[in-house]
Amino acid sequence: MSDRYELNKNLAQMLKGGVIMDVTTPEQAKIAEASGACAVMALERIPADIRSAGGVSRMSDPKMINGIQSVVSIPVMAKCRIGHFVEAQILQSLEIDYIDESEVLTPADNKNHIDKTKFNVPFVCGARNLSEALRRIAEGASMIRSKGEAGTGNIVQAVSHMRAIASDIRRISSMCEDELFVEAKEMQVPYELIKYVHKNKKLPVVNFSAGGVATPADAALMMHLGAEGVFVGSGIFKSDNPEKRATAIVKAVTNYNNPDMLAKLSEDLGEAMVGINEQEIKVLMAERGQ
Amino acid sequence: MKIGILAIQGAFVEHGKMLDKLGVLNFEIRNADDLSKNYDGLIIPGGESTTMRKLLVDLKMIDILKKRILKGLPVFGTCAGLILLAKDVVNDSSRGLLTMDIKCKRNAYGRQLGSFSAKSKFANLGEISMVFIRAPYIQGVKKGVEVLAEVNGKIVAARQQNQLVTAFHPELTNNTTVHKYFLDEIVNKSK
Repeated sequence: MSDRYELNKNLAQMLKGGVIMDVTTPEQAKIAEASGACAVMALERIPADIRSAGGVSRMSDPKMINGIQSVVSIPVMAKCRIGHFVEAQILQSLEIDYIDESEVLTPADNKNHIDKTKFNVPFVCGARNLSEALRRIAEGASMIRSKGEAGTGNIVQAVSHMRAIASDIRRISSMCEDELFVEAKEMQVPYELIKYVHKNKKLPVVNFSAGGVATPADAALMMHLGAEGVFVGSGIFKSDNPEKRATAIVKAVTNYNNPDMLAKLSEDLGEAMVGINEQEIKVLMAERGQ
Repeated sequence: MKIGILAIQGAFVEHGKMLDKLGVLNFEIRNADDLSKNYDGLIIPGGESTTMRKLLVDLKMIDILKKRILKGLPVFGTCAGLILLAKDVVNDSSRGLLTMDIKCKRNAYGRQLGSFSAKSKFANLGEISMVFIRAPYIQGVKKGVEVLAEVNGKIVAARQQNQLVTAFHPELTNNTTVHKYFLDEIVNKSK
């Protein structure tokens, strides 16, 4: 394994126990940083707006990303379309700290993801289950997040994806070693990665939760289910009082196992973003890029 | 011996694993109540210093912690931990614990593309691997601060009495030299 890949996995280690927030302007980025975000995701439109606008959604304007990079000292991430390696090259040239090859944008390739081993900057990718997660890692992702269903403010998909990953890991951990070969074949992932999961009972990279987190309680729920940190997209800047909600979610992630504190944090946050149920959605973003 | 690990954000689990490997009891400190418990030394891990500083203030931990360190509690800060302990951070106006007489620079090697690993001597304990992730370095130290390691002419590890800092992450390697140094030279000798 290359030194660069190790360094990239290590950056994800530093983000653990933290909240990564979607921001669309330098002002929002500053609010996120001041609220305790451990990184920001720079994008032109938050997922809820991408969803309502429809059409094709692409990488953000480099000028807008630069603007955000210049006002915060925490890591800045940005999204490229699934399979769009030129968008990724552009983001690398901007010296972005992490690229999210994201199903929230319209996929550029229906079959292939980016060969992330060709890049020096790190990648995070979404997954609904262990086989998707391990395929992304085989392609060079140094961090994984649950896909959830972005822009809905509904936590149900993130919960089922996180539970699916955990349950697959438990199943593989309890297998006999001679069963791992067929398991790798059936999951369509490299044997080495299945062997790693079997031995270590965890993913070889950091695993965050994303897609649908709207409240401090949502964030704490995902931490209980095994997330090592949380991405919050539309949940913050689509709510009544972004600063207060952002701060509360940051504290909820640190103290997720302290219900007394969570009760205080959940007080008086104003309206949360309006949620959308799965049945009301036209596009299921989580089905993009398997 | 029992060591507390500040566990409000960042790579605190890795420090716990290092201490487990050395057979040292350890526990996570997540709020002011935890901070008031009994322990012989404290580790402030790597992570985002802005996030940790904000949480230390909001969770009403910063004054308690500062007082204990000034009273002589052995403390070991890595990366973000170094930034929080420094009295002077040249490119950051927000104020952390301000207990150590060092001047440091945040994100001194640039963004993630500037992250690197190196081998260098630590104290008189030989060469070790050092992992730098969006790391700071120490630009200058005042009297009473001992320089323990340098890489490319920059100070990357230092000690001032009960306080030890590294700009790199020994917890991300298999080498326990720095943790052992903290336990043997600082925690044990302060008893």
